[in-house]
Amino acid sequence: MIDVKNLYKNYYPNDSGKFAGIGKPGIKKNESVLSEDTGISFNVSEAELFGLIGPDGAGKTTIFRILTTLILPDKGIATLGGLDVVNDYKEIRKKVGYMPGRFSLYQDLTVLENLEFFATVFNTTIKENYDLIKDIYVQIEPFKNRRAGKLSGGMKQKLALCCALIHKPEILFLDEPTTGVDPVSRKEFWGMLQKLKTQGITILVSTPYMDEAALCDRIALIQNGNFLNIDTPENIVKQFNRDLWSVKSNQMHHLLTDLRTFDSIDSSFAFGDSIHFTVKHKKDFSKSEFESLLLAGGHNKVEIRKINPGIEDCFMELSKKTDL
Amino acid sequence: MKQLLSFIRKEFNHILRDKPTIMILLLMPVIQILLFGFALSTEVKNTNVVILVPKADNEIRHIIDRVNASDYFDIVGFVHNADEIENAFRRGDAKLAMIFENNFSENLKRNGKAHIQLIADASDANTAKTFTFYATSIINSSQKDFSLQNNANGMILPEIKMLYNPQMKSAFNFVPGVLGMIMMLICAMMTSVSIVREKEMGTMEILLVSPMHPIYIILSKITPYLLLSLVNFGTVILLSVFVLHVPIVGSFFSLLMISVLFIFVALSMGLFISTVTNSQLIALLISGMGMMLPATLLSGMIYPIENMPVLLQILSDLVPARWYIIAVKDIMIKGLSFSDVLHEALVLTAMAIFFITISLKKFKVRLE
Repeated sequence: MIDVKNLYKNYYPNDSGKFAGIGKPGIKKNESVLSEDTGISFNVSEAELFGLIGPDGAGKTTIFRILTTLILPDKGIATLGGLDVVNDYKEIRKKVGYMPGRFSLYQDLTVLENLEFFATVFNTTIKENYDLIKDIYVQIEPFKNRRAGKLSGGMKQKLALCCALIHKPEILFLDEPTTGVDPVSRKEFWGMLQKLKTQGITILVSTPYMDEAALCDRIALIQNGNFLNIDTPENIVKQFNRDLWSVKSNQMHHLLTDLRTFDSIDSSFAFGDSIHFTVKHKKDFSKSEFESLLLAGGHNKVEIRKINPGIEDCFMELSKKTDL
Repeated sequence: MKQLLSFIRKEFNHILRDKPTIMILLLMPVIQILLFGFALSTEVKNTNVVILVPKADNEIRHIIDRVNASDYFDIVGFVHNADEIENAFRRGDAKLAMIFENNFSENLKRNGKAHIQLIADASDANTAKTFTFYATSIINSSQKDFSLQNNANGMILPEIKMLYNPQMKSAFNFVPGVLGMIMMLICAMMTSVSIVREKEMGTMEILLVSPMHPIYIILSKITPYLLLSLVNFGTVILLSVFVLHVPIVGSFFSLLMISVLFIFVALSMGLFISTVTNSQLIALLISGMGMMLPATLLSGMIYPIENMPVLLQILSDLVPARWYIIAVKDIMIKGLSFSDVLHEALVLTAMAIFFITISLKKFKVRLE
């Protein structure tokens, strides 16, 4: 449904040397990902839930804006259902639903007025496609006469999703739909996306939250405008073929700097209330020896466990390996 | 069509729900007309005068009575020497001193010639010029009285007739000016801000990624402000006719026609501003500095264009309000017909076409 080939965009005009955008050339990429020299390439099949996972500034919004025909790529081709994003932009605009990263509805209009307005803008009515938005809309219906600006964060996102869905789009673009939304609403929101997928809608969604990645059919890990890897979440985790350890102590503050002084430790990252690390050579590392070293170093309540990697661990590992 | 109507309704909702702004937009013409009509009058009235009289007699009393009787002057005191005059000026008690020479009446009778010195506080040059002119004309007319008494002849007596504005009301000048200013403000400023707001709020992104034709965005943005401007036009006209007693000598229809034309120019300028900026603040600054200032200063509303340096005169040709003000004066006050202001109407039409063309050309169907 979505075909992207060698897409390249630099916001600095005319090769001034500086780069900000997507698809920076001349980068030694992870051999498992992309063979092309320049630009980014990927494709999304019909009724697939595809996730763009990466930190702020990675280029997620740029990809969305190119695909929704809002900005022009410098190089490369992108088609949606065979329609070119540059030449067939008018046709594409009839077929896609777009929910920008920032809440972009009219704050001084009520929930119902916003929905009605967007329905008429897309030449349809709420009634016509009510079945599509019903599950989401019933949750905000009690507030239908409230101004959109006075809704909570989660409610706003649900309304925005309703507005993006009201014309039954073939492809739905959701740019960070759950940023700034509480964990419960986030979970609900992803539940809705799964349902929409069963209706045959292709969904491209981006998120900076790695835990949401596992909910997508396939994901692309993106950093500094280039893809680190594209695969199913399971395969990405499987490719993490090393031992991963988690460590905690009563002095988390010093723990990270202390860990980095150990020669046997390859990489270490803070993960919430613990630190994840990998070791250079499995055979050189003994858990008990390491624990006693930490205790001797003044740490107490040391907890060391071997753990299964998550998407975030894979992301850290890949971003370290790939020279971006 | 349904899309457009729904869009226009949405725009009205935005405007009507923003209570402070709509209040300002509707009350501004009222306040401006009342301010210019009553407070910021350019007519000079009630100037304080001190008088130095060596020896009062009939002729001097006659002149003093006339000065006293006029609206233009208030006699605040009689002084006895030059020091007191200077003190009165320094304290700001007086703006004008009237000094009769010694033996004023005798000289007048004997030689037919006597002197009165007028000393004016010229720190505000225009005002000083105006009230010394008033004082001179009072003295001249007194002189006429004396000569009639003495049966002198051979005097030239000019008779002045003030055409179109016999009472010399300044309202005749500023009502067209205020009309021009308000329409410029509401149409150019509000239209540009309301389009740029969509860009700033991010809603433009969604509107662009929709099947709606961009022309609908433009049409629905200008419609409410066109109507609002017509309401304000009505307010200003009603106030000036019934409160300031400025008559509409020419045809009301012609006045309406030229006003609608001017509104279109202002709307197209607002549209143009919205295509060159992405921030509400900059749109405000451009329309404030770039449109409002010329509309007040270079349009001939406050300062006569003929008095300006040539460069500014050329610049003022580019100010739409200038042409509008001329046309309104011609129709409303001189009572000319629409065909007499065809020149102005053509200039305004050309300006509207110019701005609409480049706005449509520059209107972006994408974000960049």
